[in-house]
Formats: sequence, C-alpha cells, structure tokens
Amino acid sequence: MAGIIGYGVYIPKNRITVEEIARVWKKNGKAISKGLNVREKAVAAYDEDACTIAVEAARIAVKQAGIEGKQLGAVYVGSESHPYAVKPTASIVADAIGASPELTAADLEFACKAGTAGMQMCMALVDSPIPAWLEYGMSIGADTAQGRPNDALEFTAGSGGAAYIMGKKKEEILIDILDTYSYTTDTPDFWRRQHAEFPRHAGRFTGEPAYFKHVIGAAKGVMKRVKMEPKDFDYAVFHQPNGKFPIRVAKMLGFSMEQIEQGLTTPHIGNTYSGSMMIGLASVLDKAKKGEKILGVSYGSGAGSDAFVLEATENIEKKRHKKSVFEMFEEKEYIDYAEYVKCRKKLKSL
Amino acid sequence: MTDGALPLIWRKFGERYDLDGNFCETCKTAYFPARTVCPKCRRKGKLVAQKMPKNGKIVSFTEVFSGPAGFENEVPYFIAIIELENKTKLLSQIVDSEKEKVKIGAKVEKVFRKISDIDPEGPIAYGYKFKIVE
Repeated sequence: MAGIIGYGVYIPKNRITVEEIARVWKKNGKAISKGLNVREKAVAAYDEDACTIAVEAARIAVKQAGIEGKQLGAVYVGSESHPYAVKPTASIVADAIGASPELTAADLEFACKAGTAGMQMCMALVDSPIPAWLEYGMSIGADTAQGRPNDALEFTAGSGGAAYIMGKKKEEILIDILDTYSYTTDTPDFWRRQHAEFPRHAGRFTGEPAYFKHVIGAAKGVMKRVKMEPKDFDYAVFHQPNGKFPIRVAKMLGFSMEQIEQGLTTPHIGNTYSGSMMIGLASVLDKAKKGEKILGVSYGSGAGSDAFVLEATENIEKKRHKKSVFEMFEEKEYIDYAEYVKCRKKLKSL
Repeated sequence: MTDGALPLIWRKFGERYDLDGNFCETCKTAYFPARTVCPKCRRKGKLVAQKMPKNGKIVSFTEVFSGPAGFENEVPYFIAIIELENKTKLLSQIVDSEKEKVKIGAKVEKVFRKISDIDPEGPIAYGYKFKIVE
C-alpha cells in the first residue's frame, strides 16, 4: 500500500505582522491579531512565486526520500497562484528536480486543497498495476496567497508550500496511510474569476456551511471507515484559514488542544492556502514517533475536504529533517507594508 | 525573457535549473557552463555531463545600485563570484541574505528563483541564485 516516503516544506523568509497591515488601514491590529489568532504571515520575495516555492519544497522531499528525481513517475502541483494560466507549473518543477521526461505531470486547482487531492492521485497511481513503471509520485501544495488590500483576507493570506512523495516499498515508507476519504459539494464560499487579481469571499458564509461542514464531514467520514475516535489519535491537523477555525473545529469534533497544537502553523506564517494543511502535517511529522496516529483534514473552498488517517513507522525516526517546521518559522526578516506591496506586486506599475 | 530569445534560454534550462555542467575525464576538470571542448586537453579530452555541487563560497562580490533593464526594481542587490565545492566558479545574484553577512569567504547555497519576469504576458525565466548559509 502507498505511503509517504519523503516530504519537504519551504517558507519564504519575509514576514509582515497583522499589526503592520492594520496600521495602514487604520484598524485595531492587536484586536484583529487576537481575533484571528494570527501574529504574522510569510511573504514571498519579489523573485519568488508558487513555482519557486514548489521547487524548493520538492528538492527537500526528494533528498529525504533518498531517491533520484528521475524515479518520480508523477508530479502534481496544487495551487491557486500558478504563475501561468496556461503552461504547467508541474513541468517546470519536474525539470528543476531532474524528473523529466518520463513522468506524468499536471497542475491542480481546488482552492486550498488541491495539494491533498494530488496526494490521493499519487496514492492511487503508485498502488495501481497500470502503469507498472510508476514507482513514486509527488504532490505539492504551494501558494503565494492573494488577499485584496484592506480585505479581511489580507491579514492572513501567506506564502509557502509543502511536497509529499508517495511510494509503496515498505522499507521506505515513513508514514503509512491507513485510509483517505473526501467530502465535496458545490458551495460558493470563495472564488476568483478568470483574469481577476484577487479572490472574493462570502464573509461569514465561509464558516458554518463551508469550512465547518466539509471539514467535519470528511473527518467523521474517515474516522467511521477506520473505526476510530478522536481519542485514538495522537495528533490532528486541519486546514487553517486563520488560527481560530482549526481550534474551533477540533473542539467540535472532540479533539484536545494538545492534539492539534503541533500542527497549528497559521499563527506564525498565515494561511498558505494549498500549503496550509500540508505544512501543518509536516510539523506533526517533525515529532511523530513510531505507531502514533495522525488525522489530517484539508479544506478547499468551492468546496471540499480530503481526510487522511496516518500512522508513523519506525523509518520516520531515522530520516527526520534536521530543520523542523517550527525552526523555519524563526528564519525570518520583517518587512513593512510598502515592501510587502512591492514583493507581491500590488502596485499596478510593477 | 523575450520571445525572440526563447530557444536560446530553453537550451540553458539544465544549466539554469540544476547547474548542469560537464567534466573532463582526461584532466579531471569540471566545467560550468559546459564546454564543447576541454580547453586543456583539446582533442584528447573526454567530456561527460556532470551536475555541479549546490554549495560554495563567495570569492568576490559587488552591490548593484543601477541594475540593467528588467532589474531596476530589485536594486540594490548583490552579485557575487562563487566558487563551488568542486572549484568551478560562476556569477550569481545573492538573495535572502543580510547585508553584513555578504563577504568574501561566506558560505552559500543554491536556491531556485525567478530570474526575469518583465513582460506580464511573456514567459517567465527561472534559474539559480544563491543565499548565505550560516
């Protein structure tokens, strides 16, 4: 059965605080920061985009997996900030990590959950007898999340990404995937139309009928399938549009703060959209020991959730990354709003 | 990256994305960019493809305050001559590094960045830059 044989995270160095954004728009930064439970967000540099973030995360994952790039039979990149509307990010990533030309590749989009949809596709491809040559597949969730100036999203929309490689050789698997389950409906809570620069959202409608309904639906669905309850898990990670929703959904489902705090990354880097749950999961894998069980649930507006029940194998303890996700949070440089505007090209003349 | 230069740049993807160079098995010298003929061994040389190491050190640097077309918005920035671990040298932009840490002898590591993205409807050029590592 397919499992995770390597993973990598990349977080850009620049940070802007919620208070700095609030200063520009004459809002109460302290209250907003506390209300969202987000202190600061990561901002991609002027010369970074979802593709460069994906490449950096992919290179770390390939190195940890101990394979050559050319052994990858599939590369999928999930993002809502692909640099091109037409021209795949995945082919650039594949070339940059030496995976070309014998592989299948595609860009995916499902708001914040395209990366986990890619993980499911890689699991299926790796386990399928056809194509027999396909041994490993990689899915990446990477974004330079867009937030309209002076919109509520601007306080949280961050940059970052994570890559996961699936394989099926038992001796290589760091994390077993016990089951996966998805929950999808047509819910217009957040969208960005073709050629539109920033997404629009339906305010409070993004909560109950959107995030909570789908995350809970997927979490309960997968737990029922594997006959497990919240107390059976050592860790749980949920998609993190802000620092408040994942805590609330954990309580609603019956998970404790201890089970979710290791995977709670949005307070430090903001909502990295497609990277959000995948970075949170990587943070959990920094600590997970053999036999520990993890529930991971992504969420993408539009709307749907992918849930995974995972179990760490003894291999994770041998191949742990030297630098943890929480250590990456500390490699930072603060920028002000003017530099942020330049980095994210929010001025029309850029 | 302009449309006219596309094939030229496309041929350099290996070099720009992953430091593809070559190595002369006769005189045991690595070359970046790849050479068509070993300048030392000439026709006796035997060149094979080789990827260059991703780490090195700064041997010289300068800070650019007046950048060429396409780089105006990035000034001031550092460019440096970097000696890789196999002694080959290349010229690269230095990013994500504090100003006071950019000095001769500083250890650097390759990163993947946008090199040029000046035409909103044109292709984007990606490639290597380097950052200081502690």
